[in-house]
Amino acid sequence: MSDRMNEVSVERARERLHEVRLQVNGAWRSGQCAARTSLVDFLRETLRLTGTHVGCEHGICGACSVMLDGRPVRSCLMFAVQADGHSITTVEGLAAADGTMSVLQDSFCQTHGLQCGYCTPGMLIAAQALLERNRCPTEFEIRDAIGGNLCRCTGYQQIVDAIRLAAARLNAAATGAGSGVSAPAA
Amino acid sequence: MSDSSQSMGAKPFRYVGTHRRTREDPRFVTGRGRYAADVHLPGMKHVALVASPYPSARIVSIDARAALALPGVVAVVAGAELAQYTDFLYVGVDAPGVKRYPLAVDVVRYAGEWVAAVVADSRALAEDAAELVDVTYDPLPFVIDPEVAVTTEAPRVHATYPSNILYQRKFVWGAVDEAFEAAPHQLECRVRWGRSSTVPIETFAVLAQWSPGTEVLDIWASIQMPKFPDQTARALRLPGNAVRVHFDVDVGGSYGVKRGIKHTVLVGYLARKLGMPVRLIEDRLENMRGGDMQGPDRIFDVALAFDERGVVRAMRIRALDDVGAYAGRSPLQLGKPVGAICGPYRIPCVEYEPCSVMTNKTPQEAVRGFGQAPTNYAIETAMDRMARQLGIDRIEIRRRNLIGRDEFPYLIPSGTYYDSGDYEAVLDKALAHAGHEELVRRRDQARADGRLAGIGVATCLEPSGGNSSFEVLFNPKNETTTWMEASLVRVDLSGSITAVMNTSTSGQGHETLVSTVVGEVLEREPALIRVVHADSLNALPSNSPVGSRMAIMLGGAAAGAARRIRANLMAIAAHNLGCPVEELEYVGGDVRVAADGSRCLTWDQLVEIAHRKFHRMPAGLEPGLQASFVWEVPTGGGLPTADGRIQMYPCHSFETHVVYLEIDRDTGKPTIQRYVCGHDCGVMISPDIVHGMTFGGIAHGIGAALYEKFAFSEDGQLLAGTFMDYLIPSAHEVPSMSITDHCTPSPLTTFGQKGSGEAGYLGGPAAIASAINDALAPLSTSIDELPMTHEALWVRARRAPSATGHPEPR
Repeated sequence: MSDRMNEVSVERARERLHEVRLQVNGAWRSGQCAARTSLVDFLRETLRLTGTHVGCEHGICGACSVMLDGRPVRSCLMFAVQADGHSITTVEGLAAADGTMSVLQDSFCQTHGLQCGYCTPGMLIAAQALLERNRCPTEFEIRDAIGGNLCRCTGYQQIVDAIRLAAARLNAAATGAGSGVSAPAA
Repeated sequence: MSDSSQSMGAKPFRYVGTHRRTREDPRFVTGRGRYAADVHLPGMKHVALVASPYPSARIVSIDARAALALPGVVAVVAGAELAQYTDFLYVGVDAPGVKRYPLAVDVVRYAGEWVAAVVADSRALAEDAAELVDVTYDPLPFVIDPEVAVTTEAPRVHATYPSNILYQRKFVWGAVDEAFEAAPHQLECRVRWGRSSTVPIETFAVLAQWSPGTEVLDIWASIQMPKFPDQTARALRLPGNAVRVHFDVDVGGSYGVKRGIKHTVLVGYLARKLGMPVRLIEDRLENMRGGDMQGPDRIFDVALAFDERGVVRAMRIRALDDVGAYAGRSPLQLGKPVGAICGPYRIPCVEYEPCSVMTNKTPQEAVRGFGQAPTNYAIETAMDRMARQLGIDRIEIRRRNLIGRDEFPYLIPSGTYYDSGDYEAVLDKALAHAGHEELVRRRDQARADGRLAGIGVATCLEPSGGNSSFEVLFNPKNETTTWMEASLVRVDLSGSITAVMNTSTSGQGHETLVSTVVGEVLEREPALIRVVHADSLNALPSNSPVGSRMAIMLGGAAAGAARRIRANLMAIAAHNLGCPVEELEYVGGDVRVAADGSRCLTWDQLVEIAHRKFHRMPAGLEPGLQASFVWEVPTGGGLPTADGRIQMYPCHSFETHVVYLEIDRDTGKPTIQRYVCGHDCGVMISPDIVHGMTFGGIAHGIGAALYEKFAFSEDGQLLAGTFMDYLIPSAHEVPSMSITDHCTPSPLTTFGQKGSGEAGYLGGPAAIASAINDALAPLSTSIDELPMTHEALWVRARRAPSATGHPEPR
């Protein structure tokens, strides 16, 4: 161990804290963290939003997925300071304000599209992002959308079923409400 | 999709077997699960680990001064301290001298083994400090190849143990030699099951807090492990009632491996020593390299003796399993397959020689099926070879050997009775569902077009009901003959029902299971029944969800407790209605006189009497309304015979897999285009849960067959420590699958249920391997090793077809 390395580490231990302010699930939240703190650690440890999970910390498993300004990102691969001033949606923000589950969440319950629940927040974020841009996804499009999220329990089958069901329900609701969103062909 | 048609007996179920929403799902989809890493205690400290870079070395010195000088670092602890103040961890076989502590003591035995633990205010600081711990090693000889490790010249992994062989025995059940001598045909083959594991997305996490006032160590851990509180207390030299494991944390997947006993003993020790809450959450590298959770790594030598019709007369299996550097329960994973050693086949005599060997690799832990999936793969490969050798269809050859539906209970040579089954019916269903004839046409057309296409079939058993008979079989000093499970059910003054289970859940939906069976017995709505997980000081005996046992064992225990409540309600009603119990009927929680429905006591009235009106209680009945039930594994309790015959698990689920795949000749990439699983696990309590676990098991099997491997370099370094090199199948690699159900109730269980937690995984790898080798057959080549990687396939796909094969397209 070199003295230089020790100095670097002591420096790090006394590292400066940064104020980070984010809009999380519609509400502005703030906290202090080191520059090297990942977004997922900030959400979980500083803001105590533990719905978002850590699976690999190298961007493969997708368990930590959140929406950043409406687009899914890996919160383990992003520093919290990079998200300063941005809008974040986590799994806790998918239900309605009164706690009613979204159509997507309810569909996961209907098809039992989960088991241990650990990958589920990331799966929901990936599926939500898909359905926001594509209301009539094919099976391939669904698999492609969740292709960056690993699940060890389900074999993906009932997750795909859940997303397909959610799309159908959203389309039926849109058609019923006459909102102009076209229903799926089949 | 699945085709669910449970042909129940005469009595229809109210809730069992129906599609009902799972109790647990809402909290998970809303981000309200509570996993071990979500538990936050004030003043909590964090652990990072210093890992050995050498596969074998003497620890010369550990200098932690620089680490301790960092602001925020609380302590650095090494193995010598743990060896002084804790006891070594449980060893599953009789192997004194193979001692394991949470941190290496004096020597390291695999690259990645934990050498020191650093405790700091944050995990980041702890990692910084871990980099500053200066360890001097003196490298020692090491052994990586299990076939070298068994030799007398090999370096010994443990100098305190006479060899690297932890366990070896040749079991001979029946006149095997004579059968081989007399049989007109024989074959021998060698297959290898690669080192993979279940690799849950949640790594292992544990938090411990010592309370000096009460002298209790509280533990929150992502655990799925039998006797976990007991082993933790023993290692920490605490009485059992000083360790309180909180089983109400959600566990983010396990499938066998979440057995962080060394993590827990370490953190428990630190929490007590430092007087502060201490948490350890593995990062992915720690999990895969030093987390001691790699799976079986086996070389099988299989020999079959058979006649010209392909009827097997005898089988020999030698299984060499590389368990890595320490023992734990891993040698016992060679023991469970004794209970289904001949698969679903009528094989009259069997020789089985398991050999558990240590190497300088990450240790092995229990993996889904506890050694059965590799064994099934070996047996199924031999069956395919026999078919090919005789020129008989692979399905036909299975039909000629499958145990018939009228032969149950069926005693196999190694001493286990199979409870029930109709294997051929399931096979027929799966083939019909898959459209097998059409698949054959499709394959043949693909071949004619120059593509590599194959069909795979496997017929396999899932022993279930989780007993522990392999312990007494493999270790004469261990006389564990019970593997009980229990439940407590109580009805409170408001009439609400609460059921207590005594272990944690890692995705199997036990709250749904328990509420369904209690609701079934008491005829009350399951959605209104609360299920709680007791902590270990409140808990009744449990052996945790291992060995596909909870539908059988927890389901049976909860039903037993509910039946006692029901009997109490009947007794209260009989006393108050002045009518013998035999003349009463129980309807939805109310009790009425069968002949006169107007004479009735409602659920609320009966509950009120039990809780408030002792003067209206029958003599001898406790006030309040609660009952517990402890259930021993059906068929359990026995000791092995001198020649090693024993009843292993009680129930035997059956599965048939039919796979169609094609291999891209240019890239070696296999694409599964059709996957059907015919499945019979008796009466399904929650079909959606059973199907989900089966789909997941198949996906896990796809990983083991084609992608996942903890590869090690020749110099003992793990080559797959991230998800970029340990490849877990994604939604692209896992195809759309289809399950077709069949129901042969078990005569041994409460509702006729069997186990299903390992379904899919137990036959999937065998079926995929069968399909790959069918696809390669026109090239007169095969692969006898899992995983069958793209590279291995590519190398073979480049071969020219054989003279009897099909023309090369290019």
